[in-house]
Amino acid sequence: MAPAPVNIRVQRDDFDIAVEIAALCRDRTDIGAVVTFSGLCRDEAGALSALELEHYPGMAEAEIERICQDAVERFGLQAATAIHRFGGMEPGANIVLVIAAAPHRQAAFDGANFIMDFLKTSAPFWKKEHRTDGSAGDWISAKDADDDARDRWARG
Amino acid sequence: MSTVNLVYFSWVRERIGRPEETLELPADVVTVADLLDHLKSRGGEYAAAFEHQNVIRAAINQEHVEHGEPIAGAREIALFPPMTGG
Repeated sequence: MAPAPVNIRVQRDDFDIAVEIAALCRDRTDIGAVVTFSGLCRDEAGALSALELEHYPGMAEAEIERICQDAVERFGLQAATAIHRFGGMEPGANIVLVIAAAPHRQAAFDGANFIMDFLKTSAPFWKKEHRTDGSAGDWISAKDADDDARDRWARG
Repeated sequence: MSTVNLVYFSWVRERIGRPEETLELPADVVTVADLLDHLKSRGGEYAAAFEHQNVIRAAINQEHVEHGEPIAGAREIALFPPMTGG
């Protein structure tokens, strides 16, 4: 069997979810389930005017690649796409896209979930807030809940 | 002495005041933890960046490492806060 194609992109530009799903499935008749997760910039009840996403070029791509390859191996994914944006973005904008394809839905759901849990805790990106009241925004703190979400995938 | 490229991100970069630098390290700087101690002795901006040393994450040659990791042979060492992407 050919290795599952893994498509990783770290980019400033927006992405089109439908285009990415179509590209992942093109010329294939073996895929039975495609799960897509997209993460957006939310406005925090009007308090947030923009997010600034900083990343570590090179390592960001390499780390997401490692995570996706782990997911392919663990859940038997047939293909995976992960796109993460950097730079400034306003509320409503896309930040991240993960697509996992498998023969059956459970592997696709689990694969996408696994990729996102590790992406949040180990892909080198940092968010800084810009606030609508003009006060100096700050770097968003990492959440223990995200570490807990990652740790539930640990195999005993 | 060994020469290493250091890169900083997020509030570590802001507190130190530069995104990267090349430093000569004394021979007794063996691990990432030694490096953090060494940098803290260089001035107030480093002391501020690494005040809570246990939260600092490190990568050697673009792979995550623990603070006990030896830095011998490292081309690039990155120091940064916990990640908040996704």
